[in-house]
Amino acid sequence: MTATHSSAGSATRRPRGTSRQSRAGVAFVAAYVLLLIAFGILPTGYAVYFAFTDAGGTFTGFSNFVTTAQDFRFMDAVGHVALYLLFWLVSLVVFVVSLALLLHRLASGTISKSLRFLFYIPGALAGAASVLVWLFMLDPTVSPVSSLLGMLGFHTFGEVIAPGNLPLLFTIIAFWTGAGGWIVVIYGALNNIPQDVMEAARIDGASAWQTAWRVQIPMLRKWIVYMVILAFAGGAQLFVEPQLLSLASVGVAGRDYSLNQLTYDFAFQMNNINGAAAVSVELLVVSVSAAAVFVARSGFFDAD
Amino acid sequence: MRGAHHRATERRRTLSPRRLAPRLLIGFVLAAFMVFFVLPVLWLLLAATKTDQQLVHGSPLSFGSWHAFKANWNALTAFQDNAIMQWLGNSTLYAVISLVITLCVAVPAGYALAMTEFRGRHTLLVSTLVVMLMPTATLVVPLFLEVNAAHLIGTMWSIILPYSFYPFGVYLTYIYFTTAVPKDLLAAARIDGCSEFGVFWHIALPLATPVVALVGFFSFVANWTNYFLPYVMLPESDQMPIQVGVGSLLSNVPSFNPAVGTLAIERPQLALATLLAITPVLIVFLFAQRFLVSGMLAGATKE
Repeated sequence: MTATHSSAGSATRRPRGTSRQSRAGVAFVAAYVLLLIAFGILPTGYAVYFAFTDAGGTFTGFSNFVTTAQDFRFMDAVGHVALYLLFWLVSLVVFVVSLALLLHRLASGTISKSLRFLFYIPGALAGAASVLVWLFMLDPTVSPVSSLLGMLGFHTFGEVIAPGNLPLLFTIIAFWTGAGGWIVVIYGALNNIPQDVMEAARIDGASAWQTAWRVQIPMLRKWIVYMVILAFAGGAQLFVEPQLLSLASVGVAGRDYSLNQLTYDFAFQMNNINGAAAVSVELLVVSVSAAAVFVARSGFFDAD
Repeated sequence: MRGAHHRATERRRTLSPRRLAPRLLIGFVLAAFMVFFVLPVLWLLLAATKTDQQLVHGSPLSFGSWHAFKANWNALTAFQDNAIMQWLGNSTLYAVISLVITLCVAVPAGYALAMTEFRGRHTLLVSTLVVMLMPTATLVVPLFLEVNAAHLIGTMWSIILPYSFYPFGVYLTYIYFTTAVPKDLLAAARIDGCSEFGVFWHIALPLATPVVALVGFFSFVANWTNYFLPYVMLPESDQMPIQVGVGSLLSNVPSFNPAVGTLAIERPQLALATLLAITPVLIVFLFAQRFLVSGMLAGATKE
């Protein structure tokens, strides 16, 4: 009813209305901008400042980066996180996409909906809770799948959490808590594929496999990349899993397994705030570059 | 459309063995994943009702007894003079205050980015996107330094304020307003003499209920489950949120950590503590479930 009315109105009043709106817009974002500066930009600046100075505040170039990189634990931590990321991202892409496609093909909407809900439940157990649950699942003395662990050759908790198994175990924990949410997201994206595209594939005689591979997965590409970037940035921050495991295993997984544990250790055990900041900056550069490439290239966030 | 659906049901009724095999395979795969996702939760529920003996020797998916459950409850609440309830209270306080601040900050910001023009809008939008994709854990040590410089270490504000900064919430609200609320509607209200705040409060906000609920849910869960930040900011036991609290319980379980002294906690009590830690999230989650499973994308996709 107001379409013509309002466009006529805005044409005549544009200058006044715009400046009023502009002032209101600034007022509405003011609190957010304060928080963005205080807890986004300022700490980032702080990290960069500390990373390039010494304890006395003198500029030291890259020496903090060199010192931390030469720490005997650094390359190990990089390797651990890299291997974990590889397992985590591959399993996420393969299983989340396959499960979403399977659920989408289910004839019964009720079953599909219930399964999506059940898969999502562990999402409520994020954080320390998921690690505690999996400590139990991986301890052959109490695990409900101890016979399965036995068949795989594991009879004690110590054997299960041997250092070589950790990337896989952390992947299982992360997948258990995180996959359900991503399945819901990818499922939603599948729903957004226009009906006539699917119909056309069916009429052309494409099998379910061909439809998935040639039609659905290409149309999901943007979402899959989005998932990978967020999972990559999150996974590089590995902390709570090895930290809790180190409490439960008397040192099997050290307190310096991941890069974030190493920053904690530099800052609070070795009193080397500048070294900790250098490692933080490295992690930040890696995640922000990944994010920036994604924002710039994918067109996912067509902001304007 | 209807015809296609009809054909599909007809096809399903006449199932040949050649078509049956892949269906069985699909069923098997989905069932296997269902066990993977659900079994640990089920086990955890039952573990809290057992004694440590029953946990080791009994059938893993059996119910223990209410008596053992009560005993576990008593032992857990006795630990450090009811520390567990204190931790739960702390978590509630931290998560709820930051949730309120998040909503008061993020919803107007998302609205302004979507519906109004002002200088620096584009810059703000881009920095929100970048910060949103930047994981907060990298900033924990710098945040500690900053909060330390402001003499707030050990106060609840040292985690509430960083939690309140939630760019993902701004982004979700922004997307919601750009896609779901026509600008003409707001323009009409302005012409009718509504102030800018009135437009937001009376027109935009009521329309935004779903996205407010969604942002609230995500922010609550993110805050409740955060471990690293409070672990660094709140070292005192009586300030810990439940996440850090159950971590400290874990180091008092002899079967996981043989070096424990007299303050031992048994595994069923740890399971009970874990259950308590997830209960608020599960409750919120059951309420939000309707939005999540069917409409999680309502505000997250651009048509």
